[in-house]
Formats: sequence, structure tokens, C-alpha cells
Amino acid sequence: MPTFDEIKSILSHYTVGIAGAGGLGSNIAQALVRAGVGRLIIADFDVVSESNLNRQFYFADQLGRYKVEALKENLLRIRPEVTVEIHNLHLTSQNIPVIYPTVDVMVEAFDVAEMKRVLIELFASTFPSIPLVVGNGMAGWGNSNTMTVREMGNLYLCGDGVSEVSVNLPPIAPRVGICASQQANVVVSLLLSKYFGNENNP
Amino acid sequence: MKITLNNRAEELDLNQPAISIEELLVLKSFTYKMLFVKHNGVVIKKEDYPVTNVAEGDNVEVIHLMTGG
Repeated sequence: MPTFDEIKSILSHYTVGIAGAGGLGSNIAQALVRAGVGRLIIADFDVVSESNLNRQFYFADQLGRYKVEALKENLLRIRPEVTVEIHNLHLTSQNIPVIYPTVDVMVEAFDVAEMKRVLIELFASTFPSIPLVVGNGMAGWGNSNTMTVREMGNLYLCGDGVSEVSVNLPPIAPRVGICASQQANVVVSLLLSKYFGNENNP
Repeated sequence: MKITLNNRAEELDLNQPAISIEELLVLKSFTYKMLFVKHNGVVIKKEDYPVTNVAEGDNVEVIHLMTGG
């Protein structure tokens, strides 16, 4: 089995795209930077608000700042040599193919279900060979064992597949973190499988 | 007509050899407002639901997508 230095050195050659820098995207980015992924391409239009701090990888002194800028700053504090390409915009079916064509693995980290579908349909038709890792169902608390990874070809669905966010079922750090970590774990596993086989399946 | 729907064998009582994805979603009461469909392993765009036919032996997966992230 490889050492972490070997793992980090392999991951440094790869680019991962992340669509959205909220509860999923910011935490996935953090995990991938710590694991050693060389380059991230992250897009989001939003600014950091107080309600984000219950789960997103931002700090109180970053309120009001653009998420992609604050996130890049936080990621560079973890590992200054990582390359973080940021796009401060609303992702659409028009600009997604322009921003993400060079990624080795793509991560869906949107909030809104409609955008999850747009990305799934777009990647299937435009970049069918790029694996897409989706977060679907992580609201509330407890029920840790309902969080799973479902493999559907090169589409990977993480989360419980049932819990929709609402006023009475808010997204909270632990469960959002489980889903984000499942997604990051699938990404790392896909990238390393080229070197170490599928011994550790996604 | 026998198909596989979400990994389960499903017998559809039809008097026609095929059914569109759109008709199948109504027939099997998939009422979620946001979902995506894979037909024999291929993601089908929403606008293609009426023109994509499901036939004997096909594999269809319907996944509910929910807000949160």
C-alpha cells in the first residue's frame, strides 16, 4: 500500500471541478486540498452570510465576501502550493462546458435540485467520459447509516436520497459534512484507482 | 411488457409494444417535481422523455433529486 507522500504526489497531477461553494462545495474543496489534489476549479455567485456558518467552510470575519474568493483564501492557508481557479458567477448550461472541460472528475455541489439535474444531463451529453459525483439528500441530523454512495456508471450519488432541505429540516454541519466527505472520498478513490486498482471501491 | 425499473422486475400491463419515458413516469406515479432518468445506462434529457421509448427488457432508473447542499 502507498504512503501518504505517494498519494499526495499522484493527486497533485489532477484537476477537480466543483460546481457550487456552499455546504458541500466548500467542505469538499477543503478535503481535496488536504488530500493533495493539485488543481481545483470552483464556481459560485453567492456571498458568505451568517446562516452559512452552521456548515460551510467560512469564518465570521468573512461575512459579506464572495464565497469563491473567501474559499480560495482559506484553501491557500491550508496548502499554499495548490492551484485554485475561481469563477464568481451563476453557473448555467451555457457556461458550464466552457469552465469545466479540462477536469478529471466533476463534483456537483449545488443547493437547488433543478441545477443538480441540469449538471447531470449536461455532463452525460457533453462530457460522458468524465465521472460526476453528486450530493443528494443530507438535510437534518442523525440517521448516519442512511448516507450511502450509489454508483450508476460514471455517475456517483452520495447522500440519503430522501431528505430534502426545508425550514423544519435544515442542513446542519455534521450530516452535510458526511455527504461532502463521501463525495470527496469518491473523487480521491477514482483518481487513485488508476494507480492502485479498484481495491478500494468508491 | 417486462422491464427493470429501479433494479426491480416490473410487469407493465400494456396493449402496445413500447411506452415513452413520459408515459412510464405517469403510469408508475413518479410525481416528484425534480428527477432524472437513465434508460439502459444513458441519461435522458427531460425534453426527450416524450420521444424516448422503453421496450421489453429495458432497464430504467428514476432518481429523485432534492434541494440541499
